[in-house]
Amino acid sequence: MTRRGRTGLWAALAAPGTLWIVALFAVPFYAVAAVAFGYTDPVFNSPVPEWDPRYWDFTAFNEIVRRSVSGDLRPVFLRTLLYVLLALAVCMLVGYPVAYYLARHAGRRRGLLLALILTPWWVNYITRMLAWLNLLQDDGYVNDLLLLTRLVDEPVRWLSGNPVTVVLALVYGYIPFFIVPLFSSLDRIDERLLEAARDLGCSGRTAFWHVTLPLSRSGLMTAGAVTALPMFGDYYTNTLVSGSPTTTMVANQIEFYLLGGNRKELGASLVLLMSALLMVLMAYYLVASRRAEEVAA
Amino acid sequence: MRRRPIFLATLTWAYVIWSLVPVLVAIQFSFNDGKSRSAWQGFSTQWYFGGSGSVAEDPSLRLALVNSLILAVLTTLVATPLGVAMALGLARWKGRTSRVANGLMLLPLATPEIVMGSALYLVFTNLYLFVPLGLPAQVLGHVTFSVSYVVVIVRSRLASIGQDYEDAARDLGCSRLQALRLILLPLLAPAVFAGAMIVFASSMDDFVISAFLSPDASSATVPIKLYTAVRNAPTPALNALATLLVAGSALALILAWLVLRRRTGTKALEEMASF
Repeated sequence: MTRRGRTGLWAALAAPGTLWIVALFAVPFYAVAAVAFGYTDPVFNSPVPEWDPRYWDFTAFNEIVRRSVSGDLRPVFLRTLLYVLLALAVCMLVGYPVAYYLARHAGRRRGLLLALILTPWWVNYITRMLAWLNLLQDDGYVNDLLLLTRLVDEPVRWLSGNPVTVVLALVYGYIPFFIVPLFSSLDRIDERLLEAARDLGCSGRTAFWHVTLPLSRSGLMTAGAVTALPMFGDYYTNTLVSGSPTTTMVANQIEFYLLGGNRKELGASLVLLMSALLMVLMAYYLVASRRAEEVAA
Repeated sequence: MRRRPIFLATLTWAYVIWSLVPVLVAIQFSFNDGKSRSAWQGFSTQWYFGGSGSVAEDPSLRLALVNSLILAVLTTLVATPLGVAMALGLARWKGRTSRVANGLMLLPLATPEIVMGSALYLVFTNLYLFVPLGLPAQVLGHVTFSVSYVVVIVRSRLASIGQDYEDAARDLGCSRLQALRLILLPLLAPAVFAGAMIVFASSMDDFVISAFLSPDASSATVPIKLYTAVRNAPTPALNALATLLVAGSALALILAWLVLRRRTGTKALEEMASF
């Protein structure tokens, strides 16, 4: 059989899926650029996409960049970065010990614990946020508990523009995505390396700092990328638990411009700018998951 | 001898409790015998059916549930065959085009949902004008983000099956297509089923893509309904709706796990964890 005949079947099988992703992933992304670099119809005052790159108009995009560097969007970008970094820090402080315990010490409870840690994945994200909305009402269980233990004198207003709530809600929403990849990388560390470290005189703590931590670095990076990407693109958590302009994040602005009004070219420009900024994280994630698949195979 | 890590154990169990208790409380209040979502007034199923404003009686809640189910079923029916074919093709087809297709397939997994939602929204409102927003656009969007799940699951199973069975069938006179149909597909069945269930669950759970492609309340899915209704006078019926959604996707994922477990033992959980 000819070489062409041999690859023909496989290429034909891969073709529909590939075409689907081109038509509904690559082309839509181009549509974002076409809208961002389009022009405004003078009669209807509405944005018109420009499909030909030779006629692209960068006015709207430049406006967004200018506003992000020195204008009103600058605090929004800085706030988004701050919230995501804080949320990642909490994810790491809580998630690392949990993943470590699960990989090393859980013993015969390991299956149960893993199932419990995976449970939030079955539970819809919005549902999990609603659950907290109940508890965080001014007269909800959380304030009841705080008042009862005399930790506070009057109810904390959690749900009206409180940045602490936003960061903790992000943590609550995304920490399962952090723990699981970290767990699987900690789980792969060869136990014998730790025994060797101990035989050579390391204390448990030194062995952790010099063996476990460096070996889990790539897992930690993957966990960070997997968690940070959706956090940067999250607008619903913020709307649900705060809804105040004082905690607005970049994704809230995107939603506002794209679904809220007729300045879609600004929304599209913001999508492009954010994607450009997140490119490094996305590339890292792709390379890492590619490597993980090769290791598994 | 290693000391028992009391601190780590406490922290871990505290984390598990923190992650699950709020949801359990929310489920509990879906059975409340009263209008409150924070004060327990006894057990009742009135928010599921029977009572006015229950999921079964309120037209908008019922519609959301039906919309979610239709969307998830259609997405699963399209994405599963598409993904299985793509996995087979990409695993066996070597060449430069195949490498590009491979990279392209992984991209939707790494793209933040808001970027994908915006892009789909803009392409349907500016270029693919023949696809109306609402269910048709939502199905196309959901298939786009789920195909990659199916590809990844099926391909990892394919790698562990190896090429031997197929080669043996070919030596015994099967054509390439027969070997595929008689040998490879039956061996892949558990992975295909698990992939389908994961697609079903993630379609039911999706909020962002559905919301960007939903022009009005008639195409609201359960997550969209929960998101919009919570701001105006929520009742325990909302908790009941959420509980039904959770039950639906939990059922799908438990089925996936049971099927995967038969083949790969306890590793199945960890395998599923990689999504």
